[in-house]
Amino acid sequence: MRHIISPNVYDVAVVGSGAGGGMAAYVLAEAGANVVMLEAGPMWDAATDGDMFTWNYTSPRRGASSKERPFGEFDGCIGGWEIEGEPYTHAPGTEWDWFRARMLGGRTNHWGRISLRFGPDDFRGYSLDGLGDDWPIGYEDVAPWYDKVDQLVGIFGNRDGFYNEPDGDFLLPPAPRLHELLVMQGAAKMGIPVLANRLSILTKAHNGRPACHFCGQCGRGCATGSNFSSPSVLLPPALNTGRLTIVDNAMAREVTTDREGLATGVSYVNRNDMQEYTVRARTVVLAASACETARLLLNSTSPQHPAGLANASGVVGRYLMDSTGASVAGIFPQLVGRTPHNEDGVGGAHIYIPWFGYDQKRGFARGYHLEIWGGRQQPGYGFVDGIHTVNNLFEDRPRGGGGYGMQLKQDYRDLYGSVVGFSARGEMVARYDNYCEIDPDVVDKYGIPVLRFDVRWSDEEYLQIKHAQEASRNLVEAMGGEILTPMPSKEEGYGISAPGQIIHEVGTVRMGDDPAKAPLNAWCQAHDARNVFVTDGAPFVSQAHKNTTWTILAMAWRTADHIVELRNAGAL
Amino acid sequence: MDRRESLKLLALALSATAPGVLTAAGCRWTASDAERAAREAEEARSRGDFSPQFFTDEEYETVRILADLIIPADDRSGSATDAGVPEFMDFIVTDMPDMQDPMRQGLAWLDVYARERFGASFAACSDAQRVDLVDAIAWPEDADPALEDGVNFFNFFRDLTASGFWTTEAGMADLGYMGNVFVAEWTGARKSEIERLGLSEAPWETL
Repeated sequence: MRHIISPNVYDVAVVGSGAGGGMAAYVLAEAGANVVMLEAGPMWDAATDGDMFTWNYTSPRRGASSKERPFGEFDGCIGGWEIEGEPYTHAPGTEWDWFRARMLGGRTNHWGRISLRFGPDDFRGYSLDGLGDDWPIGYEDVAPWYDKVDQLVGIFGNRDGFYNEPDGDFLLPPAPRLHELLVMQGAAKMGIPVLANRLSILTKAHNGRPACHFCGQCGRGCATGSNFSSPSVLLPPALNTGRLTIVDNAMAREVTTDREGLATGVSYVNRNDMQEYTVRARTVVLAASACETARLLLNSTSPQHPAGLANASGVVGRYLMDSTGASVAGIFPQLVGRTPHNEDGVGGAHIYIPWFGYDQKRGFARGYHLEIWGGRQQPGYGFVDGIHTVNNLFEDRPRGGGGYGMQLKQDYRDLYGSVVGFSARGEMVARYDNYCEIDPDVVDKYGIPVLRFDVRWSDEEYLQIKHAQEASRNLVEAMGGEILTPMPSKEEGYGISAPGQIIHEVGTVRMGDDPAKAPLNAWCQAHDARNVFVTDGAPFVSQAHKNTTWTILAMAWRTADHIVELRNAGAL
Repeated sequence: MDRRESLKLLALALSATAPGVLTAAGCRWTASDAERAAREAEEARSRGDFSPQFFTDEEYETVRILADLIIPADDRSGSATDAGVPEFMDFIVTDMPDMQDPMRQGLAWLDVYARERFGASFAACSDAQRVDLVDAIAWPEDADPALEDGVNFFNFFRDLTASGFWTTEAGMADLGYMGNVFVAEWTGARKSEIERLGLSEAPWETL
């Protein structure tokens, strides 16, 4: 195999083009640095490669999922839990489903644009309940960068002043859909708060990007760039500086280091020619996703870093977290047979239920929020599957549910859009015992050693999801609906998702002031290699229950600003 | 949650986008294969000479009859075969190999049952006999437990018929789906429906 070393020495090499990598590249290139970015997948442009406005009937699959597109064939994210030639393994008896994107923009092409700030409590969990650790920084340290992200990217929401849900610089939110108003009425009966959602989707033109046109298809890639993804918001201005070079199809192998143990660049396999390359750089920023970043560091062994780069503490890969998840759905007689209306809206709910149990006595740590789904969306594969379980709920049918013919045909029309669901997303407590490590026996098709996962939920997570199940079920009843599925038992884990399924992985390369306990300092700079930084979800000390992207963006900007300061001071 | 229950839940999410919902499918077709196959199927169907990839001719005849029993034509839209549901099924079971056994075994079950009752395959039975046969398996709670395999097959086939029918242009028009269009101004829910349900508008300022 040839090994090709780039003649250029860049100021910064960034691994990953998603939220963390895109933001780091944007800030650093704007500040005058020459930046090279490695992306494991191909280039991708939502305007030309996405499927916005594609009718499901144009495909014989009618939008069904495939292994390559687990969220539907028109989904705008290339990747999934299984990628051919890129295996991962598990400790016996454990589960971790690892979703990876392989494309420009990474998983910013796959997310609900739910952009919740971590609040003051989310940075000091240990102080509040003795579990996990506090962050070395507080909300007030990150707040200025949250503000900057709001202003650069654009986000809608309402300034609610709700506990531990800091307000941002919001655009006006869209009015709720019919089923969302029904949720609000039911929640009000229970004393459960409902807020306007906070999504990074433009409800008016912002920084040269047009407003949303309410087709509900953010997940397919927005051709007008009216929502946030790294390639639509961060990479164009970075490229316009003339100082960003993007190398696509570059599967990073390891961070190269010199005799002092400082980073000198990144080696990678070019997926097109399968040859080995190295880009050289004075500073390395890792933003490959929490687990890929940990894998890169653990694979970057050298005499100075025998356990892997930035791993003098031995905790790289540890404290791996995902959100907990569970879904409950109900069917609602009020919504049956309603007058047709365009309910597409933005690509996500217009409302959400924040964590409301923070001041209640309960038998578990940390909280969750509820995401709401429903409405008369574009019919796709699976349309009203299982109708025989519900078409006798609101009408007397002597023979029960099911049937065929004219009556059934009318039932489909009437039941369309009558289901409303609640998906809980909860905080998992950070634990040393939940980790990924290098599997000594398995390599991927590039010859790069792969990760082995060992992750388990604890009672904190199970009991939290039990609470979420019960609250969601009570909501369905308060709204006057019928719950579609029985309450899962304790033996069924109360219906908790497999870890990894919610795709909020964080915490493998955490921050901390003590180099013996954390790989990174309070600026996400490696304690034992001063020119190595991490800007994805890996530095998170806790997960909160909140979708991670907004915090990744704010933290990445903060870290990149710090890199600029260090560079200007000659400290790198 | 038992897998069947969870499938029910996920399936009912149907017209909604539940975060994390996925259907199991091992794909055999690439996107361009699928496009070509669909185009060829459509052309063949309009010429009247569609030749199924998966179904035998006998199976295909049964599929066409069953699909139209499940979704017949009325004054709002055509029938399942009018909408190309049998061609859709032939594609899907080829595309998703996990569905091949349930489909083939179910169709075989139906023929065995038809022979037991009327001494002829399902397709060779009279209209009245077919209605008799389907009546026995179309209402799960009311069906003879001994016919469970037939009931499960009919549930599976009903679901697939619905997927194939309502996702067509004609099916969406019948449902009154009004989206997938550029909306210059979002105005929220229909006022008459808000009133009918006794709901209130959001208390916060909106667009």
